[in-house]
Amino acid sequence: MTTTSIGSGRGAARRRALIGRAAFAGPGLVYVTAFMTVPLLLIATYTVLTRGRFGGVKWEFTLGNFAKALDPTYLSILGNSLLIAGITTVLALLLGYPTAYGISRLPRQWQAVAIVMVVLPFWSNFLIRTYAWIVLLNSEGPINSALVSLGVIGAPLDLLYNRGAVIAGLLYAYLPLVILPVYAAIERVDPQLQEAARNLGASKARTFWDVTLPLTLPGTMIGAIFVFVPSMGNFVVPELLGGGKTVMVGNLIRDQFLEARNWPFGAVLALSVVAFLVLLFALQAMVARRINSAGPRA
Amino acid sequence: MRRVGWLALPLWLTYAFLYLPIVVLVVMSFNASKTPYAWKGFSLQWYRELMSDDLIRQGFINTLIVAVGATVLATALGTLLAIGINRYVHSALVEAYSLAPAIIPDLALAIGLLATFALVGVTLGLHTVLLAHVVFGMAFVAAVVLARLGHQDQSLEEASRDLGAGPISTFWRITVPGLMPAIVAGALLVFTLSLDEFVIAYFTDGPSTPTLPIVIYSMVRFGVTPEINALAALLLLVSFTVVISAQRITKLTDAL
Repeated sequence: MTTTSIGSGRGAARRRALIGRAAFAGPGLVYVTAFMTVPLLLIATYTVLTRGRFGGVKWEFTLGNFAKALDPTYLSILGNSLLIAGITTVLALLLGYPTAYGISRLPRQWQAVAIVMVVLPFWSNFLIRTYAWIVLLNSEGPINSALVSLGVIGAPLDLLYNRGAVIAGLLYAYLPLVILPVYAAIERVDPQLQEAARNLGASKARTFWDVTLPLTLPGTMIGAIFVFVPSMGNFVVPELLGGGKTVMVGNLIRDQFLEARNWPFGAVLALSVVAFLVLLFALQAMVARRINSAGPRA
Repeated sequence: MRRVGWLALPLWLTYAFLYLPIVVLVVMSFNASKTPYAWKGFSLQWYRELMSDDLIRQGFINTLIVAVGATVLATALGTLLAIGINRYVHSALVEAYSLAPAIIPDLALAIGLLATFALVGVTLGLHTVLLAHVVFGMAFVAAVVLARLGHQDQSLEEASRDLGAGPISTFWRITVPGLMPAIVAGALLVFTLSLDEFVIAYFTDGPSTPTLPIVIYSMVRFGVTPEINALAALLLLVSFTVVISAQRITKLTDAL
């Protein structure tokens, strides 16, 4: 670039844009790269390396870590995690979708309050929220003592330290993450489409199934991903509410890094969780594109 | 006005489900009983014991150091990043990349950071937790500031430039004040997130400087003490106050 271009407006504008890019976006992008992308790439690299004796890795290539993940013991833990995360997601959708729909039918000024009320518990300490369920479900806890004193049951029920307690804890942790995107999706549906369906003689139920539900499907899928993926990777809830009897992928990953000291195997497991995330987002994008291009079904 | 009708049922169910455990916890924190379940009358003894617990006090100080440091860094980087994306980069891909740390599973980020710190040879401690918290904190600040930039018109900045102000003085006198509500809201959110964050801290912290969530984890793991009820009630109060303030400063729902 020569000195004469300083005067030209286009060259100056372009240079200003470059300086702006570097000065504003530069530091943040470098930071994300250094503290997210590099760590994730490192984990991806570790999947094909040999375990070090005291944690860490030896730089020798192997595919043994992937073979180990296919061992029946680990496959059953993966299956168990998929089942628990799946049930949690279905329950979250069954409760979250109607709730989001209900919120969207409230008067305007109440909608904002209702949404804040949904988000509020989510911003509080996650351990505390999980701990609350230990208190709630304990054999001497409020649920059991209420049922016993009402004469519904003779002796306290074992509500804690089983799969049901884990699902309750995960549902409690992630329910807000379904309600928000579904609510946003319902708000974006053009009410004229629903009115048109009604005017053309469709019943309320038919209008919902053929117009509202397909149009809100992409947002609903985002909500489902936001529950499913963190449920799979969660190791605190299975440990505190499952009493060590329910082991999920998250527990396995934690143990490989902090106890068993098999980092490469832990890396394979962690990468499988990230792979699920990417795969589900790709599926969501595909569905969203199809719905946007086709419009609502006739 | 639209009718809620039978949809009131799931609404009530959801709010009962979300708030019942919290209410129980807060009520139990004032319980005189030693077992944290059965009610034996009103008492403040668990709050008193909490105040004299050195482990919890040190944990709280450690957490505060991390949260304040992470908030300052994340707010500065996140705000600049949002302005950079909105004004100069205009790329959906770069925007998604910047916001990705908020969506990546925390466990994957945690082990990745542990592996990176180990490879570089950094000793783990509060400084590594701080560095780790900045990466997702920055994404949250950028998201809130980007949402605000989305409905801000640029004519004031153009006017400032036309009247002869330089880019730096335009930035400080026009751009930053216009974005202030979003910047403050973003900072408050990072602060609560960092205050409560457990998984990443658990992997990137050193053994001699546990943050408060790590202290809570080890307490909860080995059984239930009524002291935790009192601590829980106080933490809930802090989180709720900060988030409601952030919500009042700017409409949080715009960013989500």
